[in-house]
Parts: sequence; C-alpha cells; structure tokens
Amino acid sequence: MNIGKDLVAASATPLILSILSEGESYGYAIIKRVAELSGGELQWTDGMLYPVLHRLERNGFVKTVWGKSESARQRKYYRLTDSGAEELARHRRQWQVVGNALRRTMFKSK
Amino acid sequence: MSQEIENPKEGTRISLEEGIAEWRSYVRRRQAIHGVDADELEDHLRSQATTLVEAGLAEDEAFLIAVKRIGTLDELSREYAREHSERLWKRLVLGPDDRGDDAGKGAGTLKEVLVVVALTLAAAVAIKVPELFGARMQMDQDLPMFYVRNMSLFVLPLLAIFFAWKRSLAPAGRLWLAAPFVVAAVSINLMPFAPRAHTEILAAMHLFIALWLAVGYAYAAGRWRDHDPRMNYVRFSGEWFIYYALIALGGGVLMGLTAFIFNAIGLKPERLLVTWMLPCGAVGAVIIAAWLVEAKQSVIENMAPVLTLIFTPLFTLLLLAFLGAMAWTRSGIAVGREVLIGFDLLLVVVAGLVLYAISARDPQKAPGPFDALQLLLVVCALLVDAIALWAIAARISEFGFSPNKVAALGENLILLVNLGWSAVLYARFLTGRAAFAKLERWQTAYIPVYAIWACAVVLIFPPLFGFK
Repeated sequence: MNIGKDLVAASATPLILSILSEGESYGYAIIKRVAELSGGELQWTDGMLYPVLHRLERNGFVKTVWGKSESARQRKYYRLTDSGAEELARHRRQWQVVGNALRRTMFKSK
Repeated sequence: MSQEIENPKEGTRISLEEGIAEWRSYVRRRQAIHGVDADELEDHLRSQATTLVEAGLAEDEAFLIAVKRIGTLDELSREYAREHSERLWKRLVLGPDDRGDDAGKGAGTLKEVLVVVALTLAAAVAIKVPELFGARMQMDQDLPMFYVRNMSLFVLPLLAIFFAWKRSLAPAGRLWLAAPFVVAAVSINLMPFAPRAHTEILAAMHLFIALWLAVGYAYAAGRWRDHDPRMNYVRFSGEWFIYYALIALGGGVLMGLTAFIFNAIGLKPERLLVTWMLPCGAVGAVIIAAWLVEAKQSVIENMAPVLTLIFTPLFTLLLLAFLGAMAWTRSGIAVGREVLIGFDLLLVVVAGLVLYAISARDPQKAPGPFDALQLLLVVCALLVDAIALWAIAARISEFGFSPNKVAALGENLILLVNLGWSAVLYARFLTGRAAFAKLERWQTAYIPVYAIWACAVVLIFPPLFGFK
C-alpha cells in the first residue's frame, strides 16, 4: 500500500515521539520500530528521519545523548524531554479527535 | 548514487568499508550536512547493511540497498537545508571546524587563531617600537621618513611567517624566503637618501610590490614556478585587497565614533587615535585580512571576479566615450605633471580587470560575449594609452628624466606589453585559434616582470638618480 506523502509527514512527529516515550533510541532503531508497528506498510526514506529528529531537538522535545553502538562506534541517541512528553500529549489529543471522527464515518459498521 | 559507488573500471565487487568511505566523501561535499550528521547517517547505513548481511545478502548488495533506502543525496541535503537553513549561509566558523576531520592546520583551529592573534599583535608592536628610538609619529607632522621607508617591512615579514607556518615550508625554503626581506631591510636603510628624496618614496612604494610577491613564495609553499600556485596567489591578492578595504572602512567608522563619544565628555582622543590606533590597526589588518581570505576560501564566492563582472562593461563604456569625445572635439591630451601617473592607473585598473576576469573563468568554456567585451576593453585602453604616450613623447625633452617620470614611463610600458599581447591572445581565442589557457599562462608568466621592475626601482633607481 502506498501511503500519501502528506500523511506520512503528518504522522512522523507523533510516531517518533511515541517511540521515544518507550525509552531512548537512535535513528536506525526508530526506523525499524516504525516498520514493525505498521507491519512494514509505512515506508520512510530513511535519511529523512534525521532532519525531523533535529527539528524536534531544536524545539526542545528531544535531547541527544552520545553512546556507543555494538561495534563500539559513536552513536547519537535521542531521549524524550519533559516538554517532548507534553508535545506528545497534545498530539495524542489531536489524533484522538481525528481518529474518533473517522471512526464515526469512514469506519462506521453498517 | 549507485553508479557512483560501483567500481566502473574493474567491475569487481567492492567491500562494505570501501563503499562507505566513498559514500561519505560524497556526503561531505554537501554544505547542509555537517560532519556529525554524516557520522549519524553512516551509523544508520552500517546498521542497515549489517542487518541485511545477517539476512543473507552479499556485502555489496546490502550496501547498495542500504544506500538506496537512506535516500538520494540531493533529497537528503534538501531536507537538511530546510531544517538548518543557516548552514547555507556558510558562515565563517571561528570555533573548531565541525565539518573538517581532515583539517590539520585548517582555518579556525584554535592553534591557528592563536598564531594569527600573535602575529597581529607583533605587527602592532613592531610599528610602535621605533618610537623608543626617537622616530615619533606626530599628529600634525608628516610621517618620519623612517616609517615611510620601512612601511612594508613592519608587516610583510610577519605575513610571510604566517604562510611559511601554514604551508609548513621546508627549512631551505624558509631561508630563501628570508633572503629578500633581509636584503630589502639592509639596502633601503643603508642608502644615503637626500632629504625629501623622490627616489626614497618610489623605493618604498615598489618595495611593497616586491615583498608582496616574495610573500607569494611562502603562499605557494615554494612552488612559485608553477602556473596554478601563481594564479592562486593572484586570486588571494585580489580578495585580500577587498577584505583590507572593508576592514579599513570599519576601522574608519570605529575611529570616528571613538572621537565623537569622547569629545562629548570633553576628552580629546585624536592624538591617541592617529598615532596608535591608525598605525597599529593598519598593519594588524594586513594579517587579519590575509587570514580571513584563507579561512573563507571555499566558503564564499570570490568577490574580485564579481566586481570585475560589474566594472568591465562600465570601464569599456567610459573608454569608448572618452575616445568618442576626443574624436568629436579634436582635442589632444593636455600634458601636465600628473598625466602619466593617471594613465598608469588606468592601465593598472584595466590589467586588473583582465587578470581577475581570467582568474575566475572556466578555461574549458567556449568564447562568449563577455570575452569579446574584454577584448574591446583592452583595445580601447591600448588606444587611449597610445594617444597619451604620443602626447608625452612629443614633450619628453621638456620634462627631463626625473625618477618619477622614468618610473611612470617604465610601468606604462610594462603594462602596455602585457595588455598588447593579451589583446592578441584574446583575439586568437575568440577566433578559435588558441586555447584560453594560453591567456592564463601569459598572465602568470608575466608576474616576474613586475617583480624585477619593482626590485629595479628599489635597488637601482636611488644610486642612478643620485639618491635624490
């Protein structure tokens, strides 16, 4: 299934914030988690994740922590901040509204 | 992307490490993606490739898929640029350069900043040291001749040291570099100049040109015979001049404001400004400007060629109008004292326009309208100068051969030869009979002529004209 560009872009921030609310993570792991959560349906161009992460960092929603990878290379981990958690809560309320509305029409059981 | 990665020559499979190294080198060329970002992307690429290899793919296949998934560099760098728009402004970074992991003595390393600051301070101190021995700068008097004579010796040796350090010049090269400065310092200070001697001022001016070219030896790391380092030094000189002018403008504003606010509280800082801030700033700015040019080399578009582009048409128009007006009014050039120097300046400007237009031009490109315009400019300048020389030659016996006139005449001839042959080469290039590189090489091959002439004015003119 091909998910439209706008929807992918709109869902990226809440998805990343939610994944990070499960614990700190790094780029590749986030991508894998997204694929896992969507059953492989939600495909990002991998590199595009990073500018989004950097924007979240600039807005103070996540912060970076340097750690080591399995092969002992430097790796940048991202961790949700308190204001990131608030942002996630805002997203949750918004998506709830959208989801409820869709459920009542699009997904209405006949 | 993938065709860049595959080894086209042998068609063999490449290892993961080779692939990543090559991919990284492409990433590093993108302005919007910094070193840390490249690390992050590389980590991603490795993780992805490792997963794929574990799933049973060959290394090179895994690598190609991982690269494809990460996205094309164009897309990536567009996204990074959107998020980090300030990066496209390519600012000068004064801290450690976060894009350079290969910059050993790169601009902006702390060590380099320290060296530059030390040299700048040394220049500022050097210009004030003669005060201790009685050569005082006074506000309302002419500069003591000691300063005039040694003007270039206060700062250019320090500039040479900067480049010798920066280019890691070999010890033998350092000796060669020191030689002209020692010769210059000894000879110009031992010559028995008469008071208010013209030859002394001429020598001081030409010493600057000669020693500036000597600094080029350090700039080129000793490879002064080659075409490319020479051309780079030409580019450097143009940019340096523009930076120096900008710093001087800023310095003027600073001095004006200092005078203004201290006057407002009844203090008179003028003496301090003129005898300390002006000379120290003027020599210090030489080093700072050079360092800035070095630091931003790859960062900002060079200014000199841009100015050339603006002023070439304007100067061509001016010369055409001048020739037209002369033909219309049938008036000749009134030969006064300053005429020769004025026409020298005209030739210097035209030669500069030609030189910087050449320095910025892609030699592979086919002749275009701008090249024709350059030729027109040169031909006009030659015509105007020929008329001026004709007028002067007719009355040269009246003038006699004073040092100033011989110097001006010599310079005129040197530039005339340069521009004349440039015009021929331009014409050949435009008609497709010669490569543009010929024109470039002519310009750089001609540089020693300037050096030799400058040395002659410094060393031979004073005794020739009895040190008057």
